[in-house]
Amino acid sequence: MSFAMEPYLALLLIGFLPSEAWRWLGMLVGRGLDENSEIILWVRAVATALVAAVVARITLFPPGALAAVPVEVRLAALGLGFLAFVIFRRSAFAGVIVGEAVLIGGAAALAQ
Amino acid sequence: MSAPPAPEPLIASGGFVLGCRTALTSVFAFVISFTYIGFGALCHDYGLSMGWAMLSTALQWAGPAQVILVTGLGPGTSLIETAVAVSLSSVRLLPIVVALMPVIRQESTRLWQLLVPVHFMAVSVWIETIRAAPRIARDQRIAFCNGVGLTLLSIGVVFTAVGYTIQALLPAVFAAGAMFMTPISFLVSTARNARLLLDKLALGLGLAIGPLMAYSKVDFDLLWTGIIAGTVAYGAHRLQRRWRPAS
Repeated sequence: MSFAMEPYLALLLIGFLPSEAWRWLGMLVGRGLDENSEIILWVRAVATALVAAVVARITLFPPGALAAVPVEVRLAALGLGFLAFVIFRRSAFAGVIVGEAVLIGGAAALAQ
Repeated sequence: MSAPPAPEPLIASGGFVLGCRTALTSVFAFVISFTYIGFGALCHDYGLSMGWAMLSTALQWAGPAQVILVTGLGPGTSLIETAVAVSLSSVRLLPIVVALMPVIRQESTRLWQLLVPVHFMAVSVWIETIRAAPRIARDQRIAFCNGVGLTLLSIGVVFTAVGYTIQALLPAVFAAGAMFMTPISFLVSTARNARLLLDKLALGLGLAIGPLMAYSKVDFDLLWTGIIAGTVAYGAHRLQRRWRPAS
């Protein structure tokens, strides 16, 4: 299949359903579990590691416009953002703002 | 038996409103605004309608998957491949929802009552709910989750429209900054929630193994990273408990 599908149908079939299926599956699997069970600890570790994997993937293999920013700038933004988070008493705001400032500042400086 | 520690005062009512307030003052209100301005502008670039862009945010509610869908809709790309890529990029939703279920549900909760909070579920809503849940009475947690989720999703939908409208005014570097919101906010907010060795190790190992998996072009790299790093972190947590049973 290589035709442009009707956009709203595509949104439903290849946008909504493939993502939502994970939520429904998670609801069915997680419904019977105990909050203090061992399996929940493992699931939490897997969830955290998966979020970390998303961080690494988007930083190293970014989509579209972010790919135009050199990888060194992306890594520096992630690292300095994290450093700011640590320095400013675990403030997520500080981490995000410093990370973004480094990314945008670095990209703008290199574009000159 | 020693006396249990005095419980912190539980929030026993108004879970929904508290959820809305928590969302508005969280870092994610800011992060989601910028992320979705970027997404709205991207939809404009690709010639989609504003209504489509807003509906995508309301229905998909998963930034990376939305970008994959928009960029994969054009002629020449396989729809099956796009669907698989969308699905794989959202696999994080599975363990997040599994981990959340026992936190928010009660014995009496019906399946349909979980459909709404589950649709809102995203890394942002998960992080805010897990963080606040110990202070909130169990029967208020679904309402809290709905408050956080509805507020953040509404911000996402509104700023999708804003981004679509002001697309021409945005500097070139804006799109890159908007896309970077996801990794930087996921990193620092997950780190902020990581109190146990289990969470810290899972985060660190995920950051270490993720690039190895991605560079090796392994299929399902996100899923494998989650399972391997998560299992190693869990194993280390069990060992630590055996050595120091008191902690």
